[in-house]
Amino acid sequence: MQFFTSRAFPWLFLAAAVVLPLLFASDYRLFQLTMVVVYSIAVLGLNLLTGYNGQVSLGNGAFYAIGAYTTAILMDKLGLPYWATLPFSAVICAGVGFLIGLPALRLGGMYLALTTFALAVATPQLLKYKAFENYTGGVQGVVLDKPDAPFGLPLSQDQWLYLFCLAVGALLFALAMNLVRGRIGRAMRAIRDQPLAAEAMGIDIAMFKTRTFALSAMFTGVAGSLGAITIQFVAPDAFGVPLSLTFFVGMVVGGGASIGGAVMGALFIQFIPNIADEISKAAPGAVYGLLLIAFMFLLPGGLASLIRILSGKKRTA
Amino acid sequence: MDGFIHQIISGIASGGIYASVALALVMIYQATHHVNFAQGEMAMFSTYIALTLIQAGLPYWAAFCITVPVSFVIGALIQRVVMEPLSKAPVLASVGVFIGLLLTFNSVAGWIFTYTLKPFPTPFGEGKPLFGGFVSRHELGSTAITLVVLLSIWAFFRFTKLGLAMRAAAFNPVSSRLVGVPVARMLALGWGLAAGIGAIAGMMVAPVIFLDPNMMAGVLLYAFAGALLGGITNPLGAVIGGFIVGIIENLGGAYVVGTELKLTTALFIIVVVLTVKPAGLFGKTLVSRV
Amino acid sequence: MMKRRSLLATAGAALAASRIPAAHAATLVGVTDTEIKIGHTIPYSGPASAYGVIGQGHTAFFKRVNDKGGIAGRKINLISLDDGYAPPKTVEQVRRLVEQDQVAFLFNTLGTPNNTAIQKYVNSKKVPHLFLSTGADKWGDPEHFPWTIGWQPSYRTEAQIYAKYIMKNRPGAKVAVLYQNDDFGKDYITGFKDGFGKDYAKYVVKEFSFEVTDATIDSQAVSMQATGADVILTAATPKFAAQMIRKVSDMDWKPLHFLTNVSSSVGAVITPAGPERAVGIITSAYGKDPTDPTWANDAGMNEWRAFMKEYIPTGDLTDGGYVFSYGVCTTLMQMLKQCGTDFSRENVMKQATSLKDLYIPTLLPGITVSTSPTNFHPIRQMQLQKWTGKTWELFGEIIEGTGA
Repeated sequence: MQFFTSRAFPWLFLAAAVVLPLLFASDYRLFQLTMVVVYSIAVLGLNLLTGYNGQVSLGNGAFYAIGAYTTAILMDKLGLPYWATLPFSAVICAGVGFLIGLPALRLGGMYLALTTFALAVATPQLLKYKAFENYTGGVQGVVLDKPDAPFGLPLSQDQWLYLFCLAVGALLFALAMNLVRGRIGRAMRAIRDQPLAAEAMGIDIAMFKTRTFALSAMFTGVAGSLGAITIQFVAPDAFGVPLSLTFFVGMVVGGGASIGGAVMGALFIQFIPNIADEISKAAPGAVYGLLLIAFMFLLPGGLASLIRILSGKKRTA
Repeated sequence: MDGFIHQIISGIASGGIYASVALALVMIYQATHHVNFAQGEMAMFSTYIALTLIQAGLPYWAAFCITVPVSFVIGALIQRVVMEPLSKAPVLASVGVFIGLLLTFNSVAGWIFTYTLKPFPTPFGEGKPLFGGFVSRHELGSTAITLVVLLSIWAFFRFTKLGLAMRAAAFNPVSSRLVGVPVARMLALGWGLAAGIGAIAGMMVAPVIFLDPNMMAGVLLYAFAGALLGGITNPLGAVIGGFIVGIIENLGGAYVVGTELKLTTALFIIVVVLTVKPAGLFGKTLVSRV
Repeated sequence: MMKRRSLLATAGAALAASRIPAAHAATLVGVTDTEIKIGHTIPYSGPASAYGVIGQGHTAFFKRVNDKGGIAGRKINLISLDDGYAPPKTVEQVRRLVEQDQVAFLFNTLGTPNNTAIQKYVNSKKVPHLFLSTGADKWGDPEHFPWTIGWQPSYRTEAQIYAKYIMKNRPGAKVAVLYQNDDFGKDYITGFKDGFGKDYAKYVVKEFSFEVTDATIDSQAVSMQATGADVILTAATPKFAAQMIRKVSDMDWKPLHFLTNVSSSVGAVITPAGPERAVGIITSAYGKDPTDPTWANDAGMNEWRAFMKEYIPTGDLTDGGYVFSYGVCTTLMQMLKQCGTDFSRENVMKQATSLKDLYIPTLLPGITVSTSPTNFHPIRQMQLQKWTGKTWELFGEIIEGTGA
């Protein structure tokens, strides 16, 4: 079981993620897998903030919304191609994340949870606000076109979009992996576990915390952009509290402070609701809730801990 | 000027709703150092239990007196069965369970009791409202109940050995165990008491906003904000915080930005206040030692 | 064999949709000699799970159809999926229904944002998107979306009716509006703007919004009274409508109060608020309210009650969702009957848009379902009604909406 933690594993996983779905998955399955990629980026973004840096966010759905709307508005109003909107959304979300990170410096623990929860609650209301209606489409939202494969590649729209999202995802995952394995990652974890000691060692806590916020917002925002392109639609009420809680569930199920956990968490939030729906039409919410509780029972450290247990490796994160 | 005073009176009335739920949050925090996101849904579920008893023919206060201990047992059971095995797990796992509980209670309530809006009786009489129609008898009565609950919590933590032991168990479980505090039992007791207080809050809130499975969705955030604003370690602070949130919400919506951004403004103000006074208006600042 | 042919046909249709203009007209998908497969999405979970009963109603309704032998020798296989009221999930589930389950058509998918999210997709795939569960006005747009058709009267039409009534009976009134800050609430503002036209600013003194996540609307009610309005419109879902009725009465305020059709249920709104407090409130209706004593012995409603008793014995008889379900399913059955034995997507759409004065047992007397290739608003009639303290009393004539 050393295999899962080996250096080669991410590459093999990526190769399999490119090849297998293109060979075997229908367009509908590819669409689902595209959403898994999108959600795993969002969960990873949250994990950097909450799992690695210990800043609890119940409002990352807001960044997802900002990313989605940035893309939607740039495509719809300015006619930008979908791929060109991603840098904008990354920069804008990072900026917003940084700003939100500033008051967060003074607000630890629950206070931060409240602030971010409030952000999640307020997001739909802000998106609907009259003054922005010309851009956001108000309550009606914005409908987008789905991109075709470029350069005459013999791929369906879904195949192309899957590969595109996968490429963006791979890039972001590689970035996150490098960050958390290096000096920055150690500092992030030190701030989470021993803030006083970290400070004594000369780590600039304020700088790290706000930048982690910006980083998390950027990841989540890019996920939002990709989500908007995939769904071809954005509307304010899709970005409320349930979305933020979904990301949180994804992170907890995958495992805090784990890069690979983000993918597993994304699989959970994408597919478990469908299973709950198959089990009971009367109360699928209860089935989902109970599955979640059962899951936390069996693997309190998330799915990532299962791999650690199997591979006999001690937790180092 | 009339309108201004009416907005404040009306704000106090909705503040009473937030205050009563905020008390349940203070209770669970004092007892476990967690904020249970499912607290509101558990309170909603308890309210349905009370309604079922009333519909079965029980008088209001009898139903009230049965519902509170039943909710206590449900809360304590959840702690024993669900939370206790996770006591050594990462904090994130507990939050995952809170979200799971929230979804489960909400969905089960809809399944058993349906989503149709239900009126919930008030024990304080339906008569003419007071103060020019801006405060109903129920709102006045429920504020009195909230104050009684507040006094009891305060006295419990301040004067009883049990209260002290409970706070100790939450604050420093390891040391408490060493001095002989049965920590696990204290946590179960805390969950039970929080659920009981939540049940009272639910029964006080339901006559005002009507009972349905999503009754608490909007209340919980404001109650949470009120509790933190006042200081989550201080029951009196939490109650005052709840009232302040109600007033800020009303005045902000009526005079500052208009109703479309009422929620956003209220939350913004609260966050700004908290950045200035991170421990809340009436909370004790904790000094961390290395 | 049948299956392969239908697969080929879909592949062909998909190709035709994306690249080449359609070569032939008949696309037969999801239909065999023994079965018609149809798809449906609805929130069984999430914040709007109250609507889940509609899906349960549909499932039970088609069970009865099948128990009685089905239609044209075929059983109806309804695949009803949960979307949690989240548009991304709706897109996913609808793609599953269309691409994997290969349903003949989509029926009564619920929610305005949810249907907006799938409208472009289903039209490009040329899948009939029938009788949607949303009161938005945009579903009757055959020019751009020839495969999408609504069912219920639009919120916008309803607001126009109120505006006309106010202009005629209360000229010079000062109107204040309370609306839910979402697509549903805002449609009433749009409808008012249509109805009052250039006089909008003269009539409407102020609009107040609230969020579905708010605990109460007391603050808005206080502000509304302070505007000096003598006519109010409450565009809210049941919980807030009930709160509004009670608050207005508590404040001893006696404006002419308009309530939307969505929150006119006796059981879910008027009774919780207090029947005596609601006297004089005006709303409009197209269907019969299961909790209104007027219809206690109505033949149409008795037909529905008999169905409930046999197929959903534990169902809540005060829940209007079941009545809605019965009405829209009855419409679908009539359409399928008109199809004869040709259940191709083209013919389904053709029959869905040629319904003539169809009687539906759960609709008000005189209100019928009619469509044509240029009229994609199946129900466009409503009648005003006033609360007497015991029941809704219909008055005036049946009003035909413009359908905007």
